[in-house]
Amino acid sequence: MPFPFFSAPHIHQGTNVSQLMLQVIYALIPALLAYIWYFGYGILINITLTVITAVITEALMLAARGQPLNIFLADGSAVVTGTLLAFCLPALTPWWIPVIGTAFAMIFAKHLYGGLGYNPFNPAMVGYVLLLISFPKEMTTWLPVKDLMINPPLDLKESLKLVFTHIAPEVDSFSGATPLDYTKTQLRLGRAIDEIRSHPLFGGLGGKGWAWINGWFFLGGMWLLYKRVISWHIPSAVLGILLAMSTMFHFLVPNYYPSALFHLTSGGTMLGAFFIATDPVTAAASPRGRLFYGAGIGGLTYIIRTWGGYPDGIAFSVLLMNMAVPVIDYYTQPPVFGHKKDS
Amino acid sequence: MKARQLWSFFGGLTLPDGKNQSTQVPITQADLPEYLIFPLQQPTGNLLIPVVKIGDIVLKGEVVAKAQDNLSVPVHASSSGKVIGIENLPILHPSGLQAPCIIIETDGKETWIDRYPFKDYQQLDPSYLRNLIREMGIIGLGGAGFPTFIKLNSGAKAQVQTLIINGAESEPYISCDDLLMRERAHEIIQGIAILRHALQACHCLMGIEDNKPEAYAALTAAVTTGIEIIKIPTRYPAGGEKQLIKTLTGKEVTSRGLPIDIGVVCHNVGTAAAVYRAIHLGQPLTSRIITVTGSAIDRPKNLEVLLGTPIYHLLNQCRVDQRRINHLIIGGPMMGFTLNDINLPVVKTTNCLLVGIPEPNKSTPVMPCIRCGACAEVCPAHLLPQQLYWYTKAKELDKAQDYHLFDCIECGCCAYVCPSHIPLVHYYRYAKSEIQAQKQEQEQAHRARQRYEFRHRRLEQEQQEQAARQQMQKASLSPSASEDKKRALIQAAVERARSKRIAQKEKLN
Ligand code: SF4
Ligand code: SF4
Repeated sequence: MPFPFFSAPHIHQGTNVSQLMLQVIYALIPALLAYIWYFGYGILINITLTVITAVITEALMLAARGQPLNIFLADGSAVVTGTLLAFCLPALTPWWIPVIGTAFAMIFAKHLYGGLGYNPFNPAMVGYVLLLISFPKEMTTWLPVKDLMINPPLDLKESLKLVFTHIAPEVDSFSGATPLDYTKTQLRLGRAIDEIRSHPLFGGLGGKGWAWINGWFFLGGMWLLYKRVISWHIPSAVLGILLAMSTMFHFLVPNYYPSALFHLTSGGTMLGAFFIATDPVTAAASPRGRLFYGAGIGGLTYIIRTWGGYPDGIAFSVLLMNMAVPVIDYYTQPPVFGHKKDS
Repeated sequence: MKARQLWSFFGGLTLPDGKNQSTQVPITQADLPEYLIFPLQQPTGNLLIPVVKIGDIVLKGEVVAKAQDNLSVPVHASSSGKVIGIENLPILHPSGLQAPCIIIETDGKETWIDRYPFKDYQQLDPSYLRNLIREMGIIGLGGAGFPTFIKLNSGAKAQVQTLIINGAESEPYISCDDLLMRERAHEIIQGIAILRHALQACHCLMGIEDNKPEAYAALTAAVTTGIEIIKIPTRYPAGGEKQLIKTLTGKEVTSRGLPIDIGVVCHNVGTAAAVYRAIHLGQPLTSRIITVTGSAIDRPKNLEVLLGTPIYHLLNQCRVDQRRINHLIIGGPMMGFTLNDINLPVVKTTNCLLVGIPEPNKSTPVMPCIRCGACAEVCPAHLLPQQLYWYTKAKELDKAQDYHLFDCIECGCCAYVCPSHIPLVHYYRYAKSEIQAQKQEQEQAHRARQRYEFRHRRLEQEQQEQAARQQMQKASLSPSASEDKKRALIQAAVERARSKRIAQKEKLN
């Protein structure tokens, strides 16, 4: 295709891909700080490992595919994938967990499909699900929130030592379940929500610490909306459906189904709604399509959380809805100007 | 005055308007150039036929080339002088096309031909008026350059209810219509009256973007009855014909249809003023207002320019900073095209020369589409630009058409917001021309096949006819059944005669 040097339009809004990615990173900072506050330095180690792995893998894959390194490394998408994945991992997992997950995400979910813009599945979620299925023990061993730790939280040096050698005194005393996890197992044991919630894991809204972190994700998401990095359709649909379903079931059987508040402030809800489901590459394209896509994620998340085999359903829901994107896109084409049936 | 209901169209953009730079000074008369160049190729229709030859002396307003089809209008000399050449030269066209041009050396006297103004045009029959407008060389001065007389000729099939006058001028940096409205409101208003008469239209609405308060004020002061002047929100591309009609009437021109199908005809303010001059003053279209602006121009302004004036001549008058001409855009920053030859002449549709602005985005590399959907949010045609891009890139042109490629108005909104800096419009133009070329090829092939089949059939038929003829001939040569019968009868008679003779002989014996 012959291209003249300049084609109309000759002006541009001035945004570019790296800027968008950078803004996503900025929006994650408040939640990151909250994470560190509640769970210690583990998340920082996770992020460092995933981002370094992501960038190295990206560079290797670009080189292997003969793509220009400088342009694509600067786009920031690898950093975003790494960071998002890090948020999904339990802090202080052994170092090879983040490394394997990220490398797999970058190679298999991204570059083997053609790199930026061509991947049908959200790479971070592919990496996460791989880890969850392959290393269930490591992936479900979460640190308890700071208040509940028996010993004072580890400092950076001890954390690093734990991550890289996995040798630490009283390792077992660090392990615990997330509120979602705990709720699920306790419900299975036939206990009622009220009873479960009296466990020290829970605070006023939902899980201690978790509620706050979700709150900061929410604020970060609001900032992305304000900056027009994402559009409102997906997060609203995800949260709207989750809210509607949880409210309905909670209303019907309050002692078996946790409240909407619990669902909205637990696990990966806000991270998923604002940062993961909104990944443009793997989401539906048109505004109407995005409503369906988000609604699908919200609905599946509730179903998996409530009746499925995994405590949190975000990752699976996102991947399942990724599969549905072509169909959604096909059936949600906007009404083209001048094609209305009347008039 | 009661506020009129306005409708909004989907998509669109708020753009930096950049118009203030060129609206600081009144319309200025451009200097007379030494040479004028008139391409014989118009925006629509076939090549014009020159009616002058080298060496002829022509007067201002004299026809130098006439139309040979119903999609063109004649071209008039825009100043007096001598025809010094008729030859192939590059013309103002995105693809650097060449066409035969008439070159006139001006004599500096600006001697007009005799002019015949029609002050009481209302006495004229609408069809006569339309023809007059055609003979005066008027085409739409807003953009596409469609001959005005065609749009005035709605025919019997549709009744024009509403005449819409486009004063929106939504493309950034261009202010020629704005200045025209500010300074020559009465010409526009009287031109509209003529258009209305020619169309026999009941209503007349005029839309002006609300970033042109002076123009709005000037027009409301000059307005006569029957014309409603309406402020519309400033949002590119509010001046797109279909968008303007939607904004003012709430009606959508159908995809394949024309405004006339919904009883609307749309003309630009510049065209209205040209019609006024043609009818009231008897002046054919020999000049237009052009905005010369951009960061390389020291004194951006609007110039009244004789058609055929070479671009360099205009740039010289506006003090160009040579170092800052990184590119020259004909038209606005959203839809204009770049050229690198400043010897080309301005034509009837040239509304703006944008020099050196804005900085081109050459530093930002083109990235893959990340499906962010920003393009779909701003597309006024309500398309899915990323899908169109996807299919165009994959050369799946059928699919691109399924996604309504041909509804794209090439406004550039999608590319303006694309974070991946994909030259989307360029892909669409490419796809459209490719499809058209294929269609033409198909049509040609179809016609060739038809011709072949026709010939084949004809030959076959001839063969059959020949065979039939031969058979007949053969038949006429060979003995027929009746003759056999005759012969048998004769034979029988002969036999009978013979046996009689034998019998008689026997009797005699
Ligand atoms: S704006 Fe650009 S990157 Fe975004 S979907 Fe459209 S074409 Fe793709
Ligand atoms: S150029 Fe075409 S596809 Fe792009 S916004 Fe304009 S009409 Fe839509």
